[in-house]
Amino acid sequence: MSHTVYSNRLPLLALVFAGLLAILPAHTAMSADAAPVILIQNATLLTVSHGTIEHGSILIRDGKIAAVGQNLNAPAGAQIIDAAGQYVMPGIIDCHSHIAIDGSVNEGSISVSSMVNVVDVLNPDDIDIYRDLAGGVTSANILHGSANSIGGQTTVIKLRWGQSAGKLPFEGAVPGIKFALGENPKRSNFRAGSDQVRRYPATRMGVEETIRGAFSEAVDYKKLWDDYNRRGSAGEKNILRPRRDLRLEPLVEVLEGRRYVHAHCYRADEILMLLRVAKEFGFKIRTFQHVLEGYKVANELSAAGSGASTFSDWWAYKMEAYDAIPYNAALMTRKGVIVSINSDDAEEATHLNQEAAKSIKYGGLSELEALKLITLNPAIQLGIDNRVGSIDVGKDADLVLYNHHPLSVYAVAQKTIIDGRVYFERPREIASRAELAKEKKALIDKLKAAEKKPEAKPNETKPEKPTPPLRPLSYLHPRIASAAKVSWVVEMFSAYAPGEPGGAQ
Amino acid sequence: MLPRRVERHISLGMLVMCAVFCFAFAHPVAAQAGEPPYFAIRNARIVPVSGPVLENGTVVMSRGLIAAVGREVAIPAEALIIEGQGLTVYPGLIDAFTDLGLAIAPTSNPSPLSGAEAQRTATISRGPEDRPGTTPWRDAADELQPDDKRFESWRNAGFTTAVTAPHGGIFPGQAAIIDLAGERAGNLVVGAAVAVPVTLEPNRGFGNFPDSLMGVLAYVHQVWLDASWYSQADTMYEKHPTGLARPAYDRSGKVLARALRDNELVLIPANTRNQLLRAVDFPERWKVRGAIYGAQQAYELADSIGAKKLPVLVNLKWPEKEKDADPAAEESLRTLRFRDRAPSSPAALAKAGVKFAFYSGGITVPKDILKAAKKSIDAGLAPEVALRAFTLSAAEIFGVITRLGSIEPGKIANLVVTDGNLFEEKTKIKMVFVDGRKFEVHEPPTPENPPKGDISGKWKLSYTTPDGPEEGIADLAMESDGSVSGSFTSKRGDATISSGSVSGDKFNFKISLAIEGEPTEITLSGTFEKNMMKGTIRVSGLVIDFTGSRPGSSRSAAEN
Repeated sequence: MSHTVYSNRLPLLALVFAGLLAILPAHTAMSADAAPVILIQNATLLTVSHGTIEHGSILIRDGKIAAVGQNLNAPAGAQIIDAAGQYVMPGIIDCHSHIAIDGSVNEGSISVSSMVNVVDVLNPDDIDIYRDLAGGVTSANILHGSANSIGGQTTVIKLRWGQSAGKLPFEGAVPGIKFALGENPKRSNFRAGSDQVRRYPATRMGVEETIRGAFSEAVDYKKLWDDYNRRGSAGEKNILRPRRDLRLEPLVEVLEGRRYVHAHCYRADEILMLLRVAKEFGFKIRTFQHVLEGYKVANELSAAGSGASTFSDWWAYKMEAYDAIPYNAALMTRKGVIVSINSDDAEEATHLNQEAAKSIKYGGLSELEALKLITLNPAIQLGIDNRVGSIDVGKDADLVLYNHHPLSVYAVAQKTIIDGRVYFERPREIASRAELAKEKKALIDKLKAAEKKPEAKPNETKPEKPTPPLRPLSYLHPRIASAAKVSWVVEMFSAYAPGEPGGAQ
Repeated sequence: MLPRRVERHISLGMLVMCAVFCFAFAHPVAAQAGEPPYFAIRNARIVPVSGPVLENGTVVMSRGLIAAVGREVAIPAEALIIEGQGLTVYPGLIDAFTDLGLAIAPTSNPSPLSGAEAQRTATISRGPEDRPGTTPWRDAADELQPDDKRFESWRNAGFTTAVTAPHGGIFPGQAAIIDLAGERAGNLVVGAAVAVPVTLEPNRGFGNFPDSLMGVLAYVHQVWLDASWYSQADTMYEKHPTGLARPAYDRSGKVLARALRDNELVLIPANTRNQLLRAVDFPERWKVRGAIYGAQQAYELADSIGAKKLPVLVNLKWPEKEKDADPAAEESLRTLRFRDRAPSSPAALAKAGVKFAFYSGGITVPKDILKAAKKSIDAGLAPEVALRAFTLSAAEIFGVITRLGSIEPGKIANLVVTDGNLFEEKTKIKMVFVDGRKFEVHEPPTPENPPKGDISGKWKLSYTTPDGPEEGIADLAMESDGSVSGSFTSKRGDATISSGSVSGDKFNFKISLAIEGEPTEITLSGTFEKNMMKGTIRVSGLVIDFTGSRPGSSRSAAEN
C-alpha cells in the first residue's frame, strides 16, 4: 500500500503492535452477564444523523443507546465514562474486509463457487479483529475473495473480540454473495503457477457468460422446486424430491432478493455489463466494490439503486486499476449514489477515519458527508442502518471515542464499544502488555524445563544455550514493516497477488 | 482349586511346549500358537473396569472368551494356570483411531514427472459432482495385512484392539475394529464398517476443488445431502422408472446412504477451540450420528461439547514444538498456552460428562501412548477415567460393549497383565491376551553399556543392493536409556523403526518393509562414532554393508 505514510501514525502503529501480545485482553469484558448501564459524559457527539452535540452525553442500557442529549443524569449504578475533550462517533463499518477467515479466502477451483460460505470458517481468534477494533471499526462485511465470477457467500460481523465464531455474525443482517469482474476471475494474465490449473473463463466476455450461465441454471433450479412443491401440494404421489444443490440455492436467494450481491469491479464497461445481466434476470447489485471507474458511470449506478464502496486513493496496482481518481467518492456522492470507503485490508481498516477525510480535500465533501462514508452509508449498503451507523436512541450502542476529531490525522481511538460493552480500551490495552509478556516468559521457561528433563544424561552435559534476545515486535509482522514493498513485489511477480485488493488470493 | 496333580502335569507340558516353541520360533514375542486356548490367571489383582477392583481374583479364559471372573471361581481342568501374585489384570487396551494393519501409501515412489507435471496430470476436480478424495466404499477390514509389525509393538504396550481406517482424501474409507493378532485378516476383524471418518483437508494448490477449508465444508455437506437424496431417488426409480429422470449412478452415495440407514458413526476432525465449536454443529447439519476426533483444546469448551452429547476421541499426540522449527522464531502466547494446557483436555471433558476414548494419533512408539495419558492424569484426570477411556468408553463409542472393553464373562478374552499400576512408568507389561491367545512381552535386552553418544539425527546411509547403489535416510531419536525410535526412508518405501537400541558405540534397529509385495523384516546394526557410522543390513538371508553420515549435525557445530 504505497500510499500509506506511517510516520504520522506512530500511536496507531503502537496499538497494532500491541495486538500481537494482546491475545485475549478483552476477555474480562466478555462475560455472559448483562451489558452494564453506561453514561458517557462531556463528549463532543458526532451523531451523523442529527448534527454535532457539544458537551453531550449518551446513556447506554441493554446494549442499546437509551438517550442522547446535553444534560443526562446518571441512573443509579451506572458506569460513568468521562469523555471530556473526546469525540464520540458511531462505530466504523467496513464494507469490504477479509479478516477473521480460516483457511483460504478463495475457493479458487471453479468460477462459480457459490456453495462456499465464509460464515462456516469465521475465525474469532484472528488478531486482525482486535487491530481493527483498535482503529474504531465495530462491524465489517466479510467477503470471499475475488478469484471467481461468482464467489462464496458473505456475512456481516461485529468485531466482538474474545467471543466465539457463532457470536460474530451481525444478527439479522442480510447475507451476501461475492461477485468479481475483470482480471481476477478471468486470470489470463496470471502466470499459471506450478500448482495452478487453467480454467474457464479467460476473458471478460467469459466472465459475463459464466454469470449468465449460472443464473440460467438457478432459474431452472427454482422452477424445478416450484414444480415439485406445486405437484406435492396438489396431492400428487410418486414425485421425486429434487436434489438440493448448495451451489444454486444462494443464487435463487439472489433472484428472490433475499441475498445481496457485492461485486468486485474496476472498469466502467464491466460495471455496465453486470447491471445489464442483473436487469435481465431481475435482481439488483447491492454494491459495486472498489468500483474505481464508478465516477464515469455514476448516473447509471444511481439509477440502478446500486451502492458503491471504494478506496480513497489506492490504485494503479494493475492495468485495470489505472483510471482511478481521488475524487471518485465525492463525484459519485454528488450524483446520488450511496458511497462508502472500505479497507479490503486489515491494516487499511485501522485508519478508515483518515481515508474518509481525504474526500474532504479531494472533492469537497462536508465533514458530515465524509463521516457518512464509513458509518451510515455502509450501514445502508449492508441493510443494517436500522441498527447501526448513527448515534440515535434505539440503535445499538456501537461507538468509538477519539482523543481528537476523527477526521484529524492526530485522532487515536481511545475506546471502542459494541452492544454497550467496551471491547477495546487503550489504557487497559497498554497496561495488559507487561502481564502478558510475563505469562509468556513463564510458559516458555516451563515448557523448556519439561523438554529438557528426559534428556538429562550423566555422561553428557550440554552447555546452556543463552536465550535469544527478544526481537523488536515489528519483526513479527513484516507486513507492517514493509507492506508497501511486499505487496508491490507480490503483485508484479506472483500468480496470486496476496497484497492485491479484492483478495485475488 | 485344581488338584495338585493336574497342575504339575500342566507345568510339565508347558515346559516341553516352551522348549519346542523356543526352538521353532526365533522371534522372541511370537504367540504361543499351539497352546490350548484355556487359561486361568489366579490370585491376581483384577481391574474389570465395569465393576469394582477384585483383589486375589481369578479370570478364566476359554476358546477366546472370558469364561469366568471372581474370587471363588472353579478353574477347569484343561486350563493352563498362571499364578497372578503381584500381577494386575486389565481389559486389553483399545487404540481408538489408527491405521494399524493398513498399508501406508508409498510416499517416496519416484515419479518420472516433476511435481508440477504430476499435479497437472492428476485428476482435476471441478466441483462436488466429481467426488474428490471420496472413497467411502473402502473398508479397513478388506485391506488388513495381518503381518503388520506394528501389531506386536502395540501389543507389547498393552493394546489388544484398535479402530483402524484408511488414509487419504476427504472420505478415505470406513473404519474397522480389529484385534491385534491373528494369522489371517479375517481373524482380526471384530467389526467391519464401524465408522465413516471424515477429514477436512482441502486439496493443495489452486484449481482443484475443494482448495479451501470453506470449500471442503460445503463439499462434505453436499455429499451427505446427496447420499440421503440418492437413497430415495434410487428406490423410487427402481419402482417407477418410466417418466422419471434416471439418477446418476453414485458409488459414494450408495455406500453413504447405507451408512445413514445404519446410523453409522461419523468421525469429525476438530482439535482447536475454533474447530471444535464448528464441529459440534456438523452432526445436526449433516444429519448423521457424529463423534469428534482430536479435541486437544477441549479444555476451553468441554461444556459446549457436553451440551451436544457428542462422544470424543482424544488424540494423545500432544502438541509439541516443531522439530525443525527456526530456533530464533518466537512462538505466540496462544501456541504456548495450547502446548501447556492440551493434556488437561481429558479432565475437562470428564468434568463436563463427555464420553471419550484415547487414540495414539501420530505417536509411533507405542509405549509413549500410556506416557501421554499419564500427562493427562497429572493434569487432573482420574486414573480410573483414563483407564476407562482406553477400554470401556472406547467400546461404548464404537458399539461393541457386549464384546469388548471390560473383564466380564462372555466378552472377548482381551487382557493385559502388568506388574503394577498401568500408568506408572516403572510398571512393566508382562503379557497380553488377544482373543484368548497369550502373548508374553519380553523386555528388549537392556543395553550392556550406556550409549557412548547420542545417535539422534538424520543419517544418510549408502549401500549397494543386487539392484545397484542405493541411499536411505535414517531419522533416529535416542532416549537416555539407549532405546532408539524413528523412521527409515528409501526408494523402497518408508518404514517406522519397530525396535532399536544403542549400547556403547554399537547400535541395532529393525524395520519392516514390503519387498516384492511381502512384508520383510530388515535389521540394521553396526557402530557409530561422532557423525559417521558403518555396519550391515540383514534382509532375508542377504547381508549388505553400509556406511552412513550425519550431515545435519554440522549445524550444531556452527551454532556453538
